[in-house]
Amino acid sequence: MSGTVGPSGPVAGVAWSQKHLLDVDVLSAADIGLVMKTTDAMKEILARPITKVPVLRGRNVTIIFYEASTRTRVSFEVAAKNLSADVVNIAASASSVTKGESLVDTIRTIEALGAHMIVMRHGTSGAPYLAAEVFSGSVLNGGDGWHAHPSQALLDLYTMRAHLGDLRGRKVVILGDVLHSRVARSNLWTLTAMGADLWICGPAPILRGFDAWAARWANGRGPAGHGGFTVTSDMDAALNGAEVVMALRLQRERMDAGLLPSLREYAARFGLTRERLAAARPDALVMHPGPMNEGVEIAPDVAVFDRSVITEQVTNGVAVRMALLYLLSGVHAGGFPEGAIGG
Amino acid sequence: MDARQIMTADEIRRAIVRVSHEIVERQAGTEGLVLIGIQRRGVPLATRLAAATEAHEGVALPVGALDITFYRDDLSLVAQQPIVKGTAIPVDLNGRTVILVDDVLYTGRTIRAAMDALVDFGRPQAIRLAVLIDRGHRELPIRADHVGKNVPTSRDELVRVHLVETDGEDAVWIERREGAA
Repeated sequence: MSGTVGPSGPVAGVAWSQKHLLDVDVLSAADIGLVMKTTDAMKEILARPITKVPVLRGRNVTIIFYEASTRTRVSFEVAAKNLSADVVNIAASASSVTKGESLVDTIRTIEALGAHMIVMRHGTSGAPYLAAEVFSGSVLNGGDGWHAHPSQALLDLYTMRAHLGDLRGRKVVILGDVLHSRVARSNLWTLTAMGADLWICGPAPILRGFDAWAARWANGRGPAGHGGFTVTSDMDAALNGAEVVMALRLQRERMDAGLLPSLREYAARFGLTRERLAAARPDALVMHPGPMNEGVEIAPDVAVFDRSVITEQVTNGVAVRMALLYLLSGVHAGGFPEGAIGG
Repeated sequence: MDARQIMTADEIRRAIVRVSHEIVERQAGTEGLVLIGIQRRGVPLATRLAAATEAHEGVALPVGALDITFYRDDLSLVAQQPIVKGTAIPVDLNGRTVILVDDVLYTGRTIRAAMDALVDFGRPQAIRLAVLIDRGHRELPIRADHVGKNVPTSRDELVRVHLVETDGEDAVWIERREGAA
């Protein structure tokens, strides 16, 4: 039979205080630790013969995605169902949104239909913040524009910690189209909060903004508790001695902007191949948030390599989202007095 | 606040040894027994019951931990989700006799939640309940099979079980709830 208390260890005296999860930039290291600890408990549930607990019975979780997605949407749905929530799925492409309904009206309608929590993906950065202003329950950002993808960053972090333990000083490389990547931006916040030695690597034109960001945070001038990070287009320097290499999807739809010459040139210069990976540590983890363009940002043999934890990321994604739904479902005013209800 | 000690370390030790004998006597041996402690103080108590049983029977019973947070009936009443402490069930429960272990039996709601959680792991042959303190005031039709000490209390009182593993001392205290007349 299954069951461990997990690798994250105890988190003493920490209470969750976020009503929404719109970005990871507001999470303290203690908040992140609590998510990791709660995820351990959810992993234990996923290993049981019956992977369902009644904790969100009677809660309505409405999932509305304005952008295409398989893994994030299904992952949130499975997570909510494992906690016994009622799940309503709305594909924006098949809803009144196509008739011109505004985001605010859609959110009000969802609330009137009984939603307690909304999981939302939107192509416009910041859209979930607007939803959070009009919705009385909790909003979970399932990805907004180029801005943030908090549940992805937290599942990436969980996966890294499961293999490496404490990330302080460990070299993590995020490789690829960082400019258009909400995954990269959210990972940047969580990984610097955990003290990782973070490297951002990609073609010079798509590092725009990241170098200025890195300069702003250099020498301990970043937000409290966040370390600095390194930005480079020298892939060999980035991969040298790396313990984690995360390749990002090259967003072909963004190629029109003329930032990159061609897919073939990108693959030749920045594709993650076995040869390039040889510069990293022999036990380095290979990660990818999916969906992959095999043969572009990641070689097919690297994607299924024994050091690849890409499918593990997907499994951990369900547990992390269960933890987030659980933690967010309880936040009202006040706090929970330890042991007040017993017997 | 006037706290009054109702069990000393020695009394706790003797109660655990006695209950460990009762458990074995009731089962007519140790065959099929598994001890599952309810987080948080049920877990060290279950470990101590296993040690006591091993001392007189020479058999090390499996010990597990059960977190009942996800099965509580009061989650809609609490302001913030409690921190989950973790579940670890070391053996297949099908056909086993599960001894649920907790520190205090009061309303019975924790035990109701624990039984709901246990049946998600399989179908035990029997579930029995061992508690260090039974303080009465049940709200559900639940009783303990093995009790360390029965303590008549009023609802205005708090029973605090302290264990070395969690609190640095072995003692049971009773005190008036703050704000009670």
